[in-house]
Amino acid sequence: MSIVKIPPVLRPSTGGEREVSAEGGNVGDVLRSLAEQHPDTQRQLFGEDGTLNRYVNVYLNDEDVRVLDGLDTPVSGRDTLVILPAMAGG
Amino acid sequence: MASGAELIRQVKDRIKEVDPREVRDRLDGSGDGAGSNGASANGAAAGDPAPVIVDVREQHEFEEGHIPGAVHVPRGHLESRIEGASRDRSAPIVLYCASGNRSALAADTLERQLGYENVESMTGGITLWKDRGFDVDVPRALTADQRSRYSRHLLLPEIGLEGQIKLLESKVLLLGAGGLGSPVALYLAAAGVGTLGIVDDDVVDVSNLQRQVIHTGAHVGDPKVDSAEEAIHDLNPGVDVVKYNTRLDASNILEIIEGYDVIVDGVDNFPTRYLLNDATVRLQIPVVSASILGFDGQLAVFKPYDGPCYRCLYPTPPPAELAPSCGANGVLGVLPGTMGLLQATEVIKLIVEAGDPLVGRLVLYDALAASFTELKVRRDPECPICSREPDSISDEEMGVFPDYEAFCAAAG
Repeated sequence: MSIVKIPPVLRPSTGGEREVSAEGGNVGDVLRSLAEQHPDTQRQLFGEDGTLNRYVNVYLNDEDVRVLDGLDTPVSGRDTLVILPAMAGG
Repeated sequence: MASGAELIRQVKDRIKEVDPREVRDRLDGSGDGAGSNGASANGAAAGDPAPVIVDVREQHEFEEGHIPGAVHVPRGHLESRIEGASRDRSAPIVLYCASGNRSALAADTLERQLGYENVESMTGGITLWKDRGFDVDVPRALTADQRSRYSRHLLLPEIGLEGQIKLLESKVLLLGAGGLGSPVALYLAAAGVGTLGIVDDDVVDVSNLQRQVIHTGAHVGDPKVDSAEEAIHDLNPGVDVVKYNTRLDASNILEIIEGYDVIVDGVDNFPTRYLLNDATVRLQIPVVSASILGFDGQLAVFKPYDGPCYRCLYPTPPPAELAPSCGANGVLGVLPGTMGLLQATEVIKLIVEAGDPLVGRLVLYDALAASFTELKVRRDPECPICSREPDSISDEEMGVFPDYEAFCAAAG
């Protein structure tokens, strides 16, 4: 199981959970597992074609998955995924 | 015996005096670094060598500001040190003091006792020079008050005298005098940042006081820039505050931000953040950026061409439903204090060039978990803005992304 850190704007979709455990061998599988547990996150994370929305940044530990293999980046049980949307409060 | 005032009158009758404007014209006419033989290419003094400018005041007066390029020879050391300023008895020399009396007496001494042939005293001294709005050099030294005020900085090897002078000479622009801008403004003012620009078109509301600590109850209803200016000057009257009681937009952004060394982004909406990014990449000004929501904060330094820009990190803004900045949202009152002071710290590090700036890194602060997370942010080789030459970023492109404002407005 990997840990997925949920940003404030997605917490209403995860019942207020700030961290969710999810299964998967790669980034895409882990996120899809998250969306199965919390269906409201599906539309926020993925476009209709199943790709990650451009405004959602996902980090595997401290590295942006865009510079790795995107959704195909392999994930091990000790990894943490961080979902990071832009925020503009000041 | 003549009185002191009579003596000065008699001396002024027999020496030559010169108006500050003519001194300025002669200096300008001689061109930069032309030296004692510099001949003017234009202006009234064409063909004349540039005069040697001698400041005859005391040390502390000289340190508070003098005419650029002036040689300091206090009147008490005139006879023994004037040759350090000019050995040539026929070279033109202009003496000045605070108001023109001491320099008249010194000119008399140079002419009658030391044989200088071409000496003038500037009328009205540096007081009149400043009144005319001419340039003054404030040398790289601190006043006694500054040495005392900034003593804890001076003790740090990473800041010291050199770093403190950099702070005093620096210009920092704060976007917003709100949650983030309040603590940043107070601490940067306390730290001695020379010029603080503040952009905010809002007035103080009682609901601001839970976190916007630069404002007080007495200023509810006042423009935030005025309230902030008063607090800054109460804390440190040496700070020059430049107020922009306006909203940053594409029509005014370049004019406002140009000339600032660092910009502190605490704005509360995406359109302005993208606009700011594009304009600062174009002008190559570093931005210390933070954002807050609820109990969470983000912090990064965007230093154009040294590291990623805001668009490298966030190529597209989120839709309105995931961008709560569109509407009112809760925020822990302490949180902008925490994030704002991290911003202020990064600003000072950039100015004094100490430590490792938060370039290419994003820090997430989760107040409920009491945890910091650091993520890597890389330059996007296909970034629509910072992958290009700064001059190629046009006015029309700045701040543009798909219909965000309309989307945001529709979502309320």
